Amino acid sequence: MGKLGWDAIPLHEPIPLVSAAVVLLVLAGVLLLVTVKGWWPVLWRDWITSVDHKRIGVMYVLLALVMLLRGFADALMMRSQLALAAGSARGYLPPAHYDQVFSAHGTIMIFFVAMTFMVGLMNFVVPLQIGARDVAFPVLNSASFWLTASGVLLTNVSLVVGEFSRAGWLAYPPLSELAYSPGVGVDYWLWSLQIAGVGTLLSGINLTTTILKMRAPGMGYGRMPIFTWTALAANLLIIAAFPILTATLGMLLLDRYLGFHFFTNDAGGNMMMYVNLIWAWGHPEVYILILPAFGIYSEVIATFAGKPLFGYRSMASATMGICVISFMVWLHHFFTMGAGADVNAFFGIATSIIAIPTGVKIFNWLFTMYGGTLRLEVPMLWAIGFIVTFVVGGATGVLMAIPPADFQLHNSLFLVAHFHNVIIGGVVFGAFAGYTYWFPKAFGFRLHEGLGKAVFWCWFIGFWLAFLPLYVLGLAGATRRMQHYPETQWQPLMVVAFVGALVILAGIVLTVVQLAVSIRQRERRRDSTGDPWDGRTLEWATPSPPPVWNFAALPRVDGLDAFWEAKRCNDGALARAGARRDDVLEMPRPSALGVVLAFFAFVSGFALVWHIGWLALCGMLGMLAACGWRAWRMDTEVEVTPEELAGARA
Amino acid sequence: MTAGVLAADVQIPVSERGPSPRKVIVGYGFWLFLLSDIILFSAFFAAYAVLADRTAGGPGGAQLFHRDNVLLETACLLLSSFACAMMGLAVEQRHRAWMVVGALLTFALGAAFLALELREFADMLGHGAGPERSAFLSAFFALVGLHGAHVGIGLCWLVAQVTQVLTLGWRPKVIDRLACFSLFWHALDIVWIGVFTIVYLGAH
Repeated sequence: MGKLGWDAIPLHEPIPLVSAAVVLLVLAGVLLLVTVKGWWPVLWRDWITSVDHKRIGVMYVLLALVMLLRGFADALMMRSQLALAAGSARGYLPPAHYDQVFSAHGTIMIFFVAMTFMVGLMNFVVPLQIGARDVAFPVLNSASFWLTASGVLLTNVSLVVGEFSRAGWLAYPPLSELAYSPGVGVDYWLWSLQIAGVGTLLSGINLTTTILKMRAPGMGYGRMPIFTWTALAANLLIIAAFPILTATLGMLLLDRYLGFHFFTNDAGGNMMMYVNLIWAWGHPEVYILILPAFGIYSEVIATFAGKPLFGYRSMASATMGICVISFMVWLHHFFTMGAGADVNAFFGIATSIIAIPTGVKIFNWLFTMYGGTLRLEVPMLWAIGFIVTFVVGGATGVLMAIPPADFQLHNSLFLVAHFHNVIIGGVVFGAFAGYTYWFPKAFGFRLHEGLGKAVFWCWFIGFWLAFLPLYVLGLAGATRRMQHYPETQWQPLMVVAFVGALVILAGIVLTVVQLAVSIRQRERRRDSTGDPWDGRTLEWATPSPPPVWNFAALPRVDGLDAFWEAKRCNDGALARAGARRDDVLEMPRPSALGVVLAFFAFVSGFALVWHIGWLALCGMLGMLAACGWRAWRMDTEVEVTPEELAGARA
Repeated sequence: MTAGVLAADVQIPVSERGPSPRKVIVGYGFWLFLLSDIILFSAFFAAYAVLADRTAGGPGGAQLFHRDNVLLETACLLLSSFACAMMGLAVEQRHRAWMVVGALLTFALGAAFLALELREFADMLGHGAGPERSAFLSAFFALVGLHGAHVGIGLCWLVAQVTQVLTLGWRPKVIDRLACFSLFWHALDIVWIGVFTIVYLGAH
């Protein structure tokens, strides 16, 4: 069994054990409920093996919300530990455990919450917005989702079997090398991200092909909704950046498993090369997260201001500009490497330049609102909260783009406050705006407004309470990733930050309550029009929830905001594209390939973490067999009959 | 009706003509995958460039590489690509026998490349110049080995693809996959030109 033994279960550490027990109980409860209610066939047919981009998008978002609970539990542990561990106090988390908590928090929040949420929303919305029936490769899409889920599972298994990485969310060597991290923690981190990363890359290829090759007739580049533009930019970044992550993690794996010397202290290894490579992926990654969020704000603000987006062309250009420049700034994450004044100046200036297209966007949003008839519905609250919050986060970012200032602030809590300011204020607010905005499209009823507003205010106030103190503490010299601190004068602000985290906790609890209440009251909240917000783009022209094929006849697009124009000129009926040779309504059949591949990927990953050779081989053979089985299936599509079409319309 | 739509299509900008046919979508997606694969290689090239001088007192490239062997490898791989292109022509003609001949040649030359590469690796390992010896050798084995692994996967894919033609016939899906294989095989040539130039000709 390789390194795996009964001692891998951390019986001496009550916190992970108890939380794992709770998770297992909840999981067992859910499985029991599904079995008792006889939901397995439906679950298997309509969800697990579904290749419908809408259902896959919903599953991505659900996965992100569940992982938000896990990642936030880690955050609460860190904030409470630091509220306690001042002076001679040591808090309740020993350093070895605390290090795992902050490593898991960063990994989960970036890869499995922010990333997963955005990919889910793009999956759901993009084909609807461009008037397509599905993504380019629906079965691959299912595989992408399940590979991500498999990475999530592997990370969470580390809670019960073995340990997680203690080397931070990016696992810098030499700490992450075998010599200094001999346990399985870093291996869990590596294999989780390798598996999930492949899923993300495939998803990027899929959505890029979809946007570039499957738009409805008439939808030229100048008529694409802005969310589709940002999705295009984000997915191009995925294609360009994720292979670098795969390569970098691959090199660290070779170091750890086969004694290579890419990043070791000895035999000529170069650990700063790891830092360069990981940020050559990591900085574009930041924009992979934020660009779709920018797209969501653009849709939301145009819709709730009742006006076309101000400066559509400048918005699209700014998006593509950010897409390119994001590859030229990676070194600002480690000015302290000592690359010299010229190199640091170049990257400092490039970093400041990226603020220009971002500023263009901010002004476009403000001018869109100016003179509009604003409706302060929940998605709009998130968008306005974002503008206020993000501008501050951007300003502190530009501050740190100045290398001499960065030398003071590097690895301080000021940095922690900055990136939470842009990721919570930018990505998380955008995710919630998009979740509230498109929820009625996905399920046919709206979320509870009052609770939605409460969620927003909890996050907004909680964010500022939790992170303003960290700016101050960072300027006072507090560093990140410390498990305790001798300066008792820091403690009051640490307590304020903890209170802020509790306010955010209230927001998260209310999110769950909002979902439950809305489902209970779904008949009252039902939207029969398919267009609850008076939307502008094609997704609102479909019924809610849309039929599997999205559009029975492909729409014809003659300008920007196609649905808005249709409502203005044609009573909401979309112009139809003429009959085309390839316009046969064939939809892909459900396929178990994705979930089977991901299962075997998980088995291989787990086996490799524990050095169980035979099991890893079984997993890989399983993946190969699944692909072979799929390659010989030819009846992968099913034609939609006119009766089915009529039934869906009725 | 159809003719009218087609005539009108000429007036419409390419970006407004609506969804592309399946064949184009598949090829385009595979192109994007190849681009991502080339970025994967470029990361390993970058690592090699950084670590090329880090021999840690061990042997360097000039002592280890045999240019004759590498030239032979290169010839095998490029000729294999030529055979692959011939196979592509046979596929266009739907000529099964010539397709099989082309595939056999492609496979034999690809396998010869891989055999020569593995012999080189075995030779180096035998002289104590394995990847654990120095950062230079780590980067070498990772980069060249990654390319070799791609060739190996390509050979397996080729076998599967020929079997598909023989069992399923000339279905559109099978033909699309053959086209993707051919793109993959040629892309590996491009990567090899980089390896040949930077690793072998650049050795010192």
